[in-house]
Amino acid sequence: MVKRRIFPVLRGLFLGAMLLFLYAPILMLIVYSFNDSKNLGTWQGFTLRWYADLFLDRTILRSLWVTVSIAGLSSVTATVLGTAGAIGIHSMRKRARGAIEGVSQLPMINPDLVTGISLMLLFVAVGLKDGYVRMLLAHITFNLPYVIFSVMPRLRRSSNLLYEAALDLGCTPAQALWRVIIPDIWPGILSGFILAFTLSLDDFVISLFVGKSVNNLSMYIFSSAKRGVNPAISTLLFVPVVTLLLIVNLRAIRKEREEEAQSRKVRRKR
Amino acid sequence: MKRRLFSYPYIVWMAIFILAPMLFIVYYAFWGGDGSFSLSYLRDALFARDIEGNLANLRSFGHSGIVAIETTGICLLLGYPIAYLLSRMKRSMAAFVSTLFVVPMWMNFLLRTYALRSIFLSLESATGIQILDTQAAVLIGMVYDFLPFMILPLYTILQKMDKSYMEAAQDLGANPAQTFTKVVLPLSVPGIVSGITMVFVPSVTAFAVSQLLGGRKTPPLIGDLIHRRFMSDPPMYGVGSALSLILMVFVLASMVLMRVFDKDSPNEKGGKLW
Amino acid sequence: MEAKKTPLIRLIDVSKDYDGDVALEKVSLYIRDGEFLTLLGPSGCGKTTMLRLIAGFIMPSSGRIEMDGQDIAKIPPHRRAVNTVFQKYALFPHLNVFDNIAFGLKIKKVPKAEIVPRVERMLQLVNLEGYGKRYVDQLSGGQQQRVAIARALVNEPKILLLDEPLGALDLKLRQEMQHELKRMQKQLGITFIYVTHDQEEALTMSDIIVVMKDGVIQQIGTPTDIYNEPKNVFVADFIGESNIVAALMLDDYRLRMNGTSYRCVDKGFGKNTEVDVVVRPEDIDIVPSERARVMGVVQSALFMGVHYEVLVQCGDYEWTVHTTDKVQPGAQVGIHIPPEAIHVMKKTRNNNIFDCEVYPDDNEVYIDEVAFDCVSVEGFEGKEAAIVQINPADVQLVSPQDAKLTGACKACLFLGTHYEVTVSCAENDWIAYAPDLYEDGEEVGILVDADKLHLSHAEKDAEEEP
Repeated sequence: MVKRRIFPVLRGLFLGAMLLFLYAPILMLIVYSFNDSKNLGTWQGFTLRWYADLFLDRTILRSLWVTVSIAGLSSVTATVLGTAGAIGIHSMRKRARGAIEGVSQLPMINPDLVTGISLMLLFVAVGLKDGYVRMLLAHITFNLPYVIFSVMPRLRRSSNLLYEAALDLGCTPAQALWRVIIPDIWPGILSGFILAFTLSLDDFVISLFVGKSVNNLSMYIFSSAKRGVNPAISTLLFVPVVTLLLIVNLRAIRKEREEEAQSRKVRRKR
Repeated sequence: MKRRLFSYPYIVWMAIFILAPMLFIVYYAFWGGDGSFSLSYLRDALFARDIEGNLANLRSFGHSGIVAIETTGICLLLGYPIAYLLSRMKRSMAAFVSTLFVVPMWMNFLLRTYALRSIFLSLESATGIQILDTQAAVLIGMVYDFLPFMILPLYTILQKMDKSYMEAAQDLGANPAQTFTKVVLPLSVPGIVSGITMVFVPSVTAFAVSQLLGGRKTPPLIGDLIHRRFMSDPPMYGVGSALSLILMVFVLASMVLMRVFDKDSPNEKGGKLW
Repeated sequence: MEAKKTPLIRLIDVSKDYDGDVALEKVSLYIRDGEFLTLLGPSGCGKTTMLRLIAGFIMPSSGRIEMDGQDIAKIPPHRRAVNTVFQKYALFPHLNVFDNIAFGLKIKKVPKAEIVPRVERMLQLVNLEGYGKRYVDQLSGGQQQRVAIARALVNEPKILLLDEPLGALDLKLRQEMQHELKRMQKQLGITFIYVTHDQEEALTMSDIIVVMKDGVIQQIGTPTDIYNEPKNVFVADFIGESNIVAALMLDDYRLRMNGTSYRCVDKGFGKNTEVDVVVRPEDIDIVPSERARVMGVVQSALFMGVHYEVLVQCGDYEWTVHTTDKVQPGAQVGIHIPPEAIHVMKKTRNNNIFDCEVYPDDNEVYIDEVAFDCVSVEGFEGKEAAIVQINPADVQLVSPQDAKLTGACKACLFLGTHYEVTVSCAENDWIAYAPDLYEDGEEVGILVDADKLHLSHAEKDAEEEP
């Protein structure tokens, strides 16, 4: 029976150590973003200097703008193009659908490195020189399959009956699509959009190959890593992501708990 | 109204930005930039020698493979117990803790690598042990970056696994260890396969991690080679493309292999447990 | 009474709760070797909990579980000579049929030469010869069911536990499997413990039926006992269709219900005792009106395949009758209830006999920690613990804000002319007769007129036995 008491302790230690491994570096960077020293190892007092610097450094601001604007533009474009594409593909015959889905998967299974290089070669061959436009086109391209494969399962689940019922009640096909199908697959569209947006925010490899002199944040960190990066960036990137994810997940957890409580109440009543 | 029409813009996009670029890789790998067919780029990509006469590129391929296998192996060894323990927790608790384990997936990968680099630097200044610019640093960095990608699919499959399978095994006389090896493990093979793919592919093509953590003192990975070919002045499109082509074929082939293995186990010849 | 054979398995005062939710309350039960025993009850009654306790997947919160006289509470499931057929079969999808069945034998390291014939024999027993190489997902529901049974039986358990095993099958297949299960049980002589909520299934297959409700055993008996002599209204209502009527036992062999007196075969309830009566619909005869003492009007007649289900309105009460005669709705008919069709049950509900505290100086009685006015307190001097009895007909149900004592409606049973409502208050369950239906869980207030509380001294009033 000793085993039973020791097990939860060992489990806690192991999971705790793993979480420490995953979080310690980032948390340390955040802590040291308030440190009045260029040196990470020694604490020299509290400062907000790094945050002030962040908003004065034109390179950082420029790359931040590139990152956010590319993420916004590319995810919106990919969502529109991808949702329309998914609806079209869904109505195709099986063989054509299979072929298109197969090709669509390529950017997902291909290593980023290869995707980036292939797009760069295309841009070189057609003589497109603007780094921002190149990056935007590349991001739309690698976002598209994620939108398509978020929307597709929803479409498959959405019954054809719904569409037919709408027609039966007097909708034109276009109205039926807009008023019935789109709302029905909306969760898929939304999650495709969020996925695309975050992937675009995070991208490094593909942007590096197509971006030329235009830098996003990842590229900025990569190029200035050896000199040392302003640690305030870590807070800038870490805090929003964690808050967003925790909100989304905590809400899901609370809902689950409520459901559990609800079912227990029902059980007790019986 | 033909709904198929909706997909045409996407199909055009796909042709221009997915298919055509692939063809360009093939084109540059065999025709270089100048339009005459040659196998020399492929030969250079595979059999290039360094100043000392070693087959440097082949070595890099081998080295990348080893690093990727080591990374995947360590991630599996750490990730499986994590996922298993998470799946055994109370549901509300597991939801929270598993979120903690998956959140790093959504954090900027470069920043995380940079953070690890900073840790290595401060550890070095505190203890005098050098970690940065060693092979170990590259390995730790890859595990650090890719571990969540192993945990997620494993946790998903273990958590969805019907508890009655485990009860049935116990009921039929299996002790906890036998229940694990003969039921839980074989049933989680699809999760293992997708976890392996999710870690192996990025680690075999990695170059940022090795450049930020390994420096110039560790042998270059294949990703480093490709990166250097394209970033050199003037860029070496021919050899770079040939290297990428080889890498792509290798990755796709290994994924096809994994998928065959995955399909095999539950349906046809699986269950060779004894 | 029974043969002096030690029971194979024995549950003694077993309780189980999950975080305060009681699933089983002090259940005692023994099962003899070779019996086909069915745990029957609505969902949430604790039958599956009982099965999982015997299998060893959960531990009792208190009480003992013995097998062959030995306490097995601490023995893990993999060391119990008990096997389970799971509700959704839980066949291993990574193994083929043969390996699924062989699983337990291989775990026990049975030599291979022995495994093959034993598995083959099982495949034969469940009529699946030649299916060994198939994978589970290539089988139909019925076939999967058979594999699940074979997988459990091949280990030659002392007890086979079956958790609603036929629930997922369609009607025809279910009936077929019922016969096969019975055949296998006879052929192998293994004890079966079978969980179901389907009373028909329980009646056809079992040697012994245990009817459960709210974690408590309601009745244990053979199918005929349970059907013909239900111990209480719940059992009568749950097993088969029935007319449940509140009645007055006038004397031995004579009772009065719905304003008519009937002869019956029950005795020993005392004179002028309130009882519940069950009459099965198929035991009621429809007779020409001139020959009948009770007349009624046919409300509806529904053809059910073999018989008609006829609703006959006789005064306040609507009888459900199963008959092969065709009658027209609106027709005047007579109904005849033979004496042996009338099953009399003691009112097992407490008839509102509660512990209370009497304060004779204030003319007050405290029940459920609430004060009630009471006129007749003679014989009591000073504060005293006593017993109070209130006729259910005198309990008035009002809206919660109009009463000091409130509770939640727990059950509402139609007794022909009125509803019998059980209200769960702080300490006691109150019974009230009400003209209206109350929802489960509905909050109600309770009022009792001051002259309707009947007090008695605590020591004298032990429960009277018939």
